[in-house]
Amino acid sequence: MAGSIADKVAIIGMGCTRFGERWDTGLEDLLVEAAYEAYEDAGIEPKDIEAYWFGTCFSISSLPMALALKTQFKPVTRIENLCGTGTDAFRNACYAVASGAYDMAMAIGVEKLKDSGFSGLDISDITYRPDGTAPDITAPAAFSFLAPAYFKKYGIDPKKGKEVLARIAWKNHKNGSLNPKAQYRKEVPMEQILKSPMIAAPLGVMDCSGICDGSAAAIIVRAEDAKKYRSDPVYVKGLAVSTGPEAGGLYPDYDFTTLRETYFAGQDAYRQAGIKNPRQEVSMAEVHDCFTPTELIIYEDLGFSERGKAWQDVLNGFFDLDGPLPVNPDGGLKSFGHPIGASGIRMLYEMYKQLQGKAGPRQIKNPKVGMTHNIGGMPWKAVTAVTIIGKELG
Amino acid sequence: MVGITAYGAYVPFNRLERKKIGEAFGERGMPGEKAVANYDEDSVTMAATAALDCLTGFEPAKIDGLYFATTSATYKEKLAATTIAGVTDLRKDVRTADFTDSMRAGSTAMLAALDAVAGGANSMLVCMADCRLGGATGALEQTFGDGGAAFLIGKEGVIAELEDALSISSEFVDYWRDAKDDFVRSWEERFIITEGYNRLVKEAVARLLKKNNLTPKDFSKIVLYGPAPRHQAALAQMLGFDKEQVQDNLYSTVGIAGVANAPMMLVGALEDAAPGDKILVVTYGEGSDVLIFKATDAIRQLPPRRALRGYLEVKKSTMLYTTYLKWRKLIDLEPPRRPEPRSPSLPGMWRRYQQSLGLYGTKCMNCGTPQFPVQRVCTKCQAKDQMEPYTFKDKKATIATYTVDYLTASPDPPVIFAVIDFEGGGRMICEMTDSEVDKLDIGKEVKMSFRRIYEKNSIYVYGWKAMLKKEEVK
Repeated sequence: MAGSIADKVAIIGMGCTRFGERWDTGLEDLLVEAAYEAYEDAGIEPKDIEAYWFGTCFSISSLPMALALKTQFKPVTRIENLCGTGTDAFRNACYAVASGAYDMAMAIGVEKLKDSGFSGLDISDITYRPDGTAPDITAPAAFSFLAPAYFKKYGIDPKKGKEVLARIAWKNHKNGSLNPKAQYRKEVPMEQILKSPMIAAPLGVMDCSGICDGSAAAIIVRAEDAKKYRSDPVYVKGLAVSTGPEAGGLYPDYDFTTLRETYFAGQDAYRQAGIKNPRQEVSMAEVHDCFTPTELIIYEDLGFSERGKAWQDVLNGFFDLDGPLPVNPDGGLKSFGHPIGASGIRMLYEMYKQLQGKAGPRQIKNPKVGMTHNIGGMPWKAVTAVTIIGKELG
Repeated sequence: MVGITAYGAYVPFNRLERKKIGEAFGERGMPGEKAVANYDEDSVTMAATAALDCLTGFEPAKIDGLYFATTSATYKEKLAATTIAGVTDLRKDVRTADFTDSMRAGSTAMLAALDAVAGGANSMLVCMADCRLGGATGALEQTFGDGGAAFLIGKEGVIAELEDALSISSEFVDYWRDAKDDFVRSWEERFIITEGYNRLVKEAVARLLKKNNLTPKDFSKIVLYGPAPRHQAALAQMLGFDKEQVQDNLYSTVGIAGVANAPMMLVGALEDAAPGDKILVVTYGEGSDVLIFKATDAIRQLPPRRALRGYLEVKKSTMLYTTYLKWRKLIDLEPPRRPEPRSPSLPGMWRRYQQSLGLYGTKCMNCGTPQFPVQRVCTKCQAKDQMEPYTFKDKKATIATYTVDYLTASPDPPVIFAVIDFEGGGRMICEMTDSEVDKLDIGKEVKMSFRRIYEKNSIYVYGWKAMLKKEEVK
């Protein structure tokens, strides 16, 4: 029987930059902004951190972080796990502290994407096949496979389906409009989302998250030490990663209406946190809405909605900021933006602030348990990462 | 008895109306349309597809060699016949050769295969395709079309027996292109026709008919190559053949597909031939090859195939002239704002030629699950190294889900990607080609098609795409 990380470590400080197309800001600036906000939030000095886990997809090695933060010969481990990068950096830092190897560690994620010269991501490493025959499929195309499959399976008219997807984007933009750190800070009318130019049919550009620059950081100590640093630390309840063996791409029993990696990571995290009924027990979540159909399917894989019912929950506002289970209260990838390696820790930042009651106009009423979730790769070969955090011990 | 035991053909799905070429320059344009290889097709893919059509119902393991003819080879140095041998699943101990440089290369390859069988080979596969370029505003651009043909040559189950053949050779330059030329050049037409085409073909045909004591009346059809339709018609008449005896030269539907033109016409003639019919095949280029075939009773037993008829009517004729220029890379485009594809790896390609050319995956011998691409550990039962090679290219397949990608850079946008499930098991996520977006749906049947995937640093990667099933075999 696998063990649990629940109540072994706590977060005592976090930082997050403004996300966006930050043409005048380099990788090093982003790292400095996020790290120093976290140091200040925790009330510690940089020298107090004993080890770093540095999450980035596109900046290789641990050096860029040490170069930027001038960490004094401390251990830095670079983590890359696609869109699960930030969360996996956090996860490894938690394990290091829980083991007693270090008393205090930082997980910091960053991505500087807007120097590339093109929109979207270069994902050729994921699709690469040494014989050169792999289809040159983009991320929106890969995730748009989910939409027709879901609509067909549950008998949803494609026009209605498109409206469901637009409703998800609408909600996330509405939430993001309340967030000064988000990439896009204004509401977008349904009509505009529905009519946005096609990227990967049926997904328009407004069904896609924003690719941008940003960084986020978290400082971790053992749970028993947390109150030495602040009165309102946040405790880690569950950490899970699931990496798929491309089963969905090889075997036809996968029908593109689920991501099994999300399901398995969710189940593992719930077991650690002792959550039996996520729809009731999870107060709020930040999930990987890279594209609108992804968020729709996540609701079902994480047990927020019954199979085939998430689309109704969407239309009923179940996941709205003032709904029973707010999802992506900070705007999500859709509106907050998606600098790959930073996103997981950005999600955690929102959950942390919400649990501390510091989310300003987005504040959810008295949340107890927050959850974050990432998906990297493609629906048929993905890596997912789930984190559950809570306000109280026990 | 040595002769043709099977035939196959290929005509690209896309056709360009000649009037659109004329209109692009404010002129009238010639009548009819020309078949245009899609951006992911070339002489190798077209010949390979014709070869697969030809092999419908035949066992590739019995074939002793493959000859490929073209004047538009992908590589100037690197054999193409071996690529096609991989697609058609030939044995390793086969003879392979490319025949090139002359409009006669197709018939010369056939004669070489006929000689090989007469000399003891069991059977030989011959295939030919061309994709020639004429300069913009010239007549050749409008005349040329793209296509391919293939024949199985053998001595058992012969459907068209070779009765006799003759070749004459002559140093005569009429059409030419050096290593640096993109477009075919030509001399004054009156010289070409008078001193070349008419004189050399007449001489070759006369010699062979005299030798065999035959007259034009003894033939049901003449398959006569001609650089342009009016010269072909005039020469057929001069040779003493009636209009009804002259096999359609495909000018109005396909265009003149170089070395594949006469072979494609021969496929057309064989589709209509009755036992006992004699067909005279005449090609031209630095001389002339003349072959006499006689259809046998076995022609009625040939398993159904698409052949020429199965391709001619399956088409899309809406393409623009500018699309043709784009597909043939004849205009400079703004580079896509997407990451550059990385260079193919020759060792990486070499390790997986059976997969990329023959569309092989593996089938688990423990649980029976077919899977693509090749695996060592079974995705279903996790058995290790219990795999046997398994090809998907002839399996029925349907769309499990799909998307229309407007972001991926392509000369034929938008790009369709689909998840394909094969009857009997196995799944492939691949690009689709020659398919219309508004006809897509989950559950629709697709066929796999051998295509050029991409090129970088002059390395050409071939593989398979899916396309909506469009035709029924006759």
